[in-house]
Amino acid sequence: MTNYLEFEKPLAEIEGKAEELRAMARSNEEMDVEDEAKALDKKAADLLVDLYKSLTPWRKCQVARHPDRPHCKDYIEALFTEYTPLAGDRNFADDHAVMGGLARFNDQPVVVIGQEKGNDTKSRIERNFGMARPEGYRKAIRLMEMADKFGLPIITLVDTAGAYPGKGAEERGQSEAIARSTEKCLQVKVPLITAIIGEGGSGGAVAFATANRVLMLEHSVYSVISPEGCASILWKDAEKMREAAEALRLTAQNLKELGVCDRIIDEPLGGAHRDKDAAIDSVREAIAAALADLSNEAPEVILSNRRKKFLSMGSKGLAA
Amino acid sequence: MNWISNYVRPKINSLFSRREVPENLWTKCDDCGTMLFHRELSDNLNVCTNCGHHMAITPRDRFTALFDGGVFAEISVPEPIADPLHFRDQKKYPDRMRAAQKSTGEKEAMLVAEGEIGRTPIVAACQDFSFMGGSMGMFVGNAIIAAAERATELGRPLILFSAAGGARMQEGILSLMQMPRTTVALQLLKEAGLPYIVVLTHPTTGGVTASYAMLGDVHIAEPNALICFAGPRVIEQTIREKLPEGFQRAEYLLDHGMLDRVTKRTELRNELITITRMLMKKPPRVVGDLPPPDPTAVQTATEAAPQETAKE
Repeated sequence: MTNYLEFEKPLAEIEGKAEELRAMARSNEEMDVEDEAKALDKKAADLLVDLYKSLTPWRKCQVARHPDRPHCKDYIEALFTEYTPLAGDRNFADDHAVMGGLARFNDQPVVVIGQEKGNDTKSRIERNFGMARPEGYRKAIRLMEMADKFGLPIITLVDTAGAYPGKGAEERGQSEAIARSTEKCLQVKVPLITAIIGEGGSGGAVAFATANRVLMLEHSVYSVISPEGCASILWKDAEKMREAAEALRLTAQNLKELGVCDRIIDEPLGGAHRDKDAAIDSVREAIAAALADLSNEAPEVILSNRRKKFLSMGSKGLAA
Repeated sequence: MNWISNYVRPKINSLFSRREVPENLWTKCDDCGTMLFHRELSDNLNVCTNCGHHMAITPRDRFTALFDGGVFAEISVPEPIADPLHFRDQKKYPDRMRAAQKSTGEKEAMLVAEGEIGRTPIVAACQDFSFMGGSMGMFVGNAIIAAAERATELGRPLILFSAAGGARMQEGILSLMQMPRTTVALQLLKEAGLPYIVVLTHPTTGGVTASYAMLGDVHIAEPNALICFAGPRVIEQTIREKLPEGFQRAEYLLDHGMLDRVTKRTELRNELITITRMLMKKPPRVVGDLPPPDPTAVQTATEAAPQETAKE
């Protein structure tokens, strides 16, 4: 059963009709509906192309948050072999919103860290909807330190609405944990590659995404604040999220122009959730290319280039 | 504008407001409501003489009180691209900027200066909450980089006073990028072995807390300052329960190990002198009010600043 987004309603109708016709034909062998169903398929395919040709920023946010979109766990399972999760921040707890550990990428040992949102009620609650607490950032710091010590490249997968705004998280120093995680990203001498696979939510994302290469899926977003949050502050009306999404310039395409995103990874037609394998394959290719690109650089150069990149960020704005 | 709004309304207003105390002479404490004589209040660094409540203070006033004899040389900050995203909400971003510049008389939300405190040379940066909520955008990033570079160049400690609602939304992702950007600047300072002291003032929240405000060698906060990542309202909406009294206030953070000290503004200068002198391995400070530093020294400092910008 496909989950349709609000703007995909017309598509849902057509695809639903085709499905209905075929179901009728199955129960009644005399009926020949194939031609009609095919015509509907064609119509649906055309509409899909049309809908995804130029998604508005708000629609991109919806696609980026699509419940069926491949999540961190899907990528880790498909992209890596021998994934060995490592748990805990050695201080307080293990944060299940953050997955991480040792793994092999094309046989090369790496450290992988990512935010996992979960895909059903139970796993979403367990993963805290992908919103990390200080323990999650401290686990990431620990894993990055380990990667640095053993010279393993770090791959981070970003998909979070943001750091968790909770009482305990604040008490245990959410801001300090994020600040230190970002700082750690700017200290390690191994290649650091980030793929933003869904939502890059503010400080919660930066703490993982201060990387040599920031790759973004075609319909992923990365922003200082959610469109809803921005709308409620600047428009005093959370319903103005469409306008806010537009103004924030949070799409991969805008961020590429601003130099925040290094490469856009194409998604299958209709978004990553319509063909997970294809999406994952594209991400594999992009990470491999980024790793290859950095493999010949000296550790000091890798670090100093990363620092320079962030220091010079913002030197160009968007074209008028 | 017509004569009703220009003439009649002020007249009516003045009739009704006459009973109120004339502005500029008296200020009401935000907390206890005591009427405070203006000069007395500013002499006490905008701290209520009755209840000790810390009211906002402008970066300029803070620097005047901080530096020996009130003398400091402003460090110029490279100008970022204006309105990089062509941002528009209900107002255009450049219009909001102009309004903030007009109401504060400042160019942007951070002031950077060099000078001496208790004969200890330092570089200081101070965020201005009254300028668009002190929000961290490209300019604030540039200011922190300029401050860190200048401190490294002169081999001085950096003292930063934070006050901000967070990142400047009107600069979108580029404001978020100031988190790693300022972190890089501070790393240069730390790698040079120079102290970085953060004074967290009311309020310090969001991306500012989650970057340069929490990366100091020493964290000092002013009493009762709100210091957090997510604001209390956001948390209440998320967890749907009332938060305890004093949650996310300076004293609460001190209890939870996030701060080194909570210090009254009136005692802050002496404490900063003591700490920086020890970290810089200098002899103990001379106690008491110091006259302004040697005028020739200040002059060279002021002359040095423009050269610095020319080089950049």
